[in-house]
Amino acid sequence: MIEVQGVAKYFGRFSALRDLSVTVREGEFVSLFGRNGAGKTTLLRILAGLTRPSSGDVRIHLSGPRSPQEARGGMGYLSHNTALYGDLTAVENLRFYANLFDLALDEAELDKRIQLVGLAGREKEPVRNYSRGMQQRLAIARAFLHDPSILLLDEPFTGLDQTGTEFLKDYLSRAHGRGKTCVMAIHDAVLGYELADRILVIESGGVAMDVARRSVSLAEFQQRYRALVKERSDAG
Amino acid sequence: MPAKVWTIFRKDLLIELRTKDSLNAMIFFGIVVLVIFNFALEAIRESIRAAVPGVLWVSFAFSGTLGLNRMFAAEKENSCLQGLLMVPVDRGIIYLGKMIAACVVIFVFSLIFFNLTVWREIPYVVLVCLVGTLGFTAVGALLSAIAANTKMREVLLPLILFPVVLPILVNAVEATAIILNTVDYRQLKLPLTIMTVFTIVFATLAYLLFEYVLED
Repeated sequence: MIEVQGVAKYFGRFSALRDLSVTVREGEFVSLFGRNGAGKTTLLRILAGLTRPSSGDVRIHLSGPRSPQEARGGMGYLSHNTALYGDLTAVENLRFYANLFDLALDEAELDKRIQLVGLAGREKEPVRNYSRGMQQRLAIARAFLHDPSILLLDEPFTGLDQTGTEFLKDYLSRAHGRGKTCVMAIHDAVLGYELADRILVIESGGVAMDVARRSVSLAEFQQRYRALVKERSDAG
Repeated sequence: MPAKVWTIFRKDLLIELRTKDSLNAMIFFGIVVLVIFNFALEAIRESIRAAVPGVLWVSFAFSGTLGLNRMFAAEKENSCLQGLLMVPVDRGIIYLGKMIAACVVIFVFSLIFFNLTVWREIPYVVLVCLVGTLGFTAVGALLSAIAANTKMREVLLPLILFPVVLPILVNAVEATAIILNTVDYRQLKLPLTIMTVFTIVFATLAYLLFEYVLED
């Protein structure tokens, strides 16, 4: 479970998050929507322990409550930035992260992980030679190498072609089916809606809409979301 | 802990061995500086040994800064630093791994440049280079992490690094002068002690502060 209580984040005088409180239940898939600069990425970075909140409290429950810093080993973070070293091969990249996570994965197991993301035959090639879509596939293998309980996803579909999108969608659906908790920032309303149990809209650093997917149809959600964005744009 | 430090160290060194980005830049820049000094000091060729320590350590400091700049620039590419920060290790370990990798690369560079033909002096020169490089990278790894998070990192790093690392450079110049100009190597004790204490203090501080430096 993830508990966010009254979190605010300031960058100088700019307030990215304002008194934001939200609870994500174990095994829940939450899609975060919101305009650029609404605070989605900041929230995900705070959950991942990459940024400290200016005020408020974040608790990640992984066999007991922990701070994001303590809970890093149980979380996987995937964004449109791949966090891969271009001068290392796919195997070397995964081995590097496996060693840091204390995972005893041999060469055959690393090859298998690479094949699972559809990169069979390219294991020994420098990542620099990969296309954007291939790099994102390898980033999926990297981010979830340690089989984390919580998946934090920041625009993970960016740059993926149709096949890549289908692959990641299927991957996330299966992870969710296995009880993983997922929090995903996304702009694509259809994808975000299809994958989610719950939809949150973040606007101006706070929660502007919080609905269970079951309670709204895609068309209704899109209509309400558009109206909300228009209202905030007019007000802003 | 040593295994994690080794993993980060090995990765940095492997990338450097493949790309030779830092080493090539440092060697090229170092040669240019030495060639310029060679012409500038033509007039005092008779007493050149007095000027050599300063010239060598100026080349070292400028070239070493290039190497340090590359060290964290590589982590910013593809937001690799973000991936590194998500692993469940003390962030001080990231500092140690990167610091030791930078130290090895800059130390190899310094040995090339401090190459002397008098065999008797070599062990002392190696010792001074090693302690000087450790001190330089202990501070440099921390400050290059700070500079890497800014827009003007190439400009910022030397501005914040040189004032802090001055005690290392001054004592390294003094120690090198002792090696080149005297036969009484016991005089090395004072500059080497100052450099060692400085290195230990700054490495400890950097280890403890590194976590805060890397966060937004």
